[in-house]
Amino acid sequence: MNLRAPQPVDTAPSRAADALSAEDIRELRRGAYELRKDVVTMVYKAKSGHPGGALGHLDVLWTLFARVLRHDPKNPKWPDRDRFVLSNGHTCPGLYSVLARCGYFPREDLWTFRKLGSHLQGHTSSKHTPGVETDGGSLGLGLSQGKGMALAARLDGRPTRVYVLMSDGEQQEGQPWEAAMGAAHFKLDNLCGIIDYNRIQIDGPLPKIKEIEPLADKYRAFGWEVFEVDGHDIARIHDAFVRCRKVRGRPQIVIARVIPGRGVSFMENDYKWHHGSPTPDQYSKAMEELDAAIRSF
Amino acid sequence: MQLSVPSDRQAFTRDAYGDALAELGARRPEVVVLDADLSGSTKTSVFGKKFPERFFNVGVSEADLMCTASGLARSGKIPYASTFAVFGAGKAWEMIRQAIAYPGLRVRIVLSHAGVTVGEDGASHQMLEDLALMRALPGMTVIVPADAAETRQAVLGTVDVPGPVYIRLSRNKTPVFLPDSYEFRLGRATVLRDGSDVSLIACGQLVYPALLAADLLQRDGIRARVLNMSTLKPLDREAVQACAQETGRIVTLEEHNIYGGLAEAVARALVETHPAPLHAIAVQDRFGLSGTADELLDYFGFTPQKIADETRKFLKATPA
Ligand SMILES: Cc1ncc(C[n+]2csc(CCOP(=O)(O)OP(=O)(O)O)c2C)c(N)n1
Repeated sequence: MNLRAPQPVDTAPSRAADALSAEDIRELRRGAYELRKDVVTMVYKAKSGHPGGALGHLDVLWTLFARVLRHDPKNPKWPDRDRFVLSNGHTCPGLYSVLARCGYFPREDLWTFRKLGSHLQGHTSSKHTPGVETDGGSLGLGLSQGKGMALAARLDGRPTRVYVLMSDGEQQEGQPWEAAMGAAHFKLDNLCGIIDYNRIQIDGPLPKIKEIEPLADKYRAFGWEVFEVDGHDIARIHDAFVRCRKVRGRPQIVIARVIPGRGVSFMENDYKWHHGSPTPDQYSKAMEELDAAIRSF
Repeated sequence: MQLSVPSDRQAFTRDAYGDALAELGARRPEVVVLDADLSGSTKTSVFGKKFPERFFNVGVSEADLMCTASGLARSGKIPYASTFAVFGAGKAWEMIRQAIAYPGLRVRIVLSHAGVTVGEDGASHQMLEDLALMRALPGMTVIVPADAAETRQAVLGTVDVPGPVYIRLSRNKTPVFLPDSYEFRLGRATVLRDGSDVSLIACGQLVYPALLAADLLQRDGIRARVLNMSTLKPLDREAVQACAQETGRIVTLEEHNIYGGLAEAVARALVETHPAPLHAIAVQDRFGLSGTADELLDYFGFTPQKIADETRKFLKATPA
């Protein structure tokens, strides 16, 4: 075991060749806002669902799928693909919108979300949806499954990297910490966690229910390389993933500080939008705000 | 028995739970309530607002929830631990086994959002195995109230039961139909409607459609007895035996997988007392899926019409 205390990490964007251009960044930002429109429309049409988390982490998710993840929508089972595990499965409207945008299935399918007979279940289901790697809904189970995939990739000598998105509320479970301890023990440098750090959960603001700070210190103490980023700063998000890929001998975690409900003023930072569907008036207002943001980029 | 069938009043069993907790809290200082970040949904928040010092929201931590309840019970408190059925009975099952059932502690595990009527959240949240899991635990009392009124009675009426108690609640609003005179009696089934051709033995929110199905069967001259088997464990074996002796054939109805729930409990009681043909209306060994609660009740064959059809088919296949 490497017992060296992890060093603080400089999170300024690197000047490496793999840095994003200004045009890239604009395009990704615009893309993430277009996906936000899809998310709001999905929960509006479904009359239920979880918009808060998804709206918050879409800049991270879209950057990951568009510029980092090695995947092939035409061949979702490509054995050498990178894996994306959505551990906080309730935020699936975000992932579904991203998968549709990547071409895993037609965008129109999004409007069947949560309806009887749809392949887009209320929580992620690997059996139902192409591109979905695991089955969500029960919090705390994702990191261990990602760890299993990372171990398999190492056994088989594959280039696969495994990314696991977890929520902050989920850190209150015991299992992520069992997995975290194990991933460091097995020196899984092909495993990268991401925390959707939006500071809300169902019953209220996270610090009022159960504080999880100091989160970065906890993961460091568990032997992980920790990157803390503003989860709406596309350049820094991308840079963190690039740096993660270069880490050897230990798993990495990207703690992405985000605003839940990002882009829709009345949803932002309000835990009550963890789940819920907008009224027709709220829906129009949300779409206007998102369109205005897109025009401004 | 003066039933309100059809009923024009609906209520959430979980609202009845929250109100009953608040009522208990005022009477019994040793009552404490725990939840795992779902207090708004399970309605333990009603107690939490009234008695904040006796309410503990442990966060998204179901294992911790059950074991904290255990510690409180060992120290003289009467804990009510709540979350969704899938996380309480599923994820925290082993904690319930080791820290609550094995020592036989007086913890009340009241879990909501059981069954397919969870609706749009889909299979991950539609707990269909909790009755099997809870029945399997030595000493565990298992109760599935039929409506909001019975929920209140079941919560208030089991506070002093010596061992652990499991009470299963739903997410959706359900008809309130039991008469004012109805009395919940632990371990006793209630005949809600008498009949001599077949017995429909139901629990939870399928009791009401069973009564409506009995009306439909009546039109064909089939007289169906309807039982509310709200306690699954200990099961009212005498009531099952009487059904077999007096009506010959039995249909069970439960919003649960066909394994390990009401059907199997009744089947064993039948085989051991008075063997008779049984047909189980239940989820046929599969997971649920997203849809509205009403769509899913229909999809899984739990509407009065489908229950009546199934019952007719069963009666044809097993002539008296
Ligand atoms: C094991 C488990 N317990 C409880 C729940 C119910 N639940 C769904 S989301 C959630 C917590 C929300 O916290 P977080 O994931 O941080 O929410 P978000 O940021 O997406 O609003 C809870 C308790 C669950 N899905 N799984």
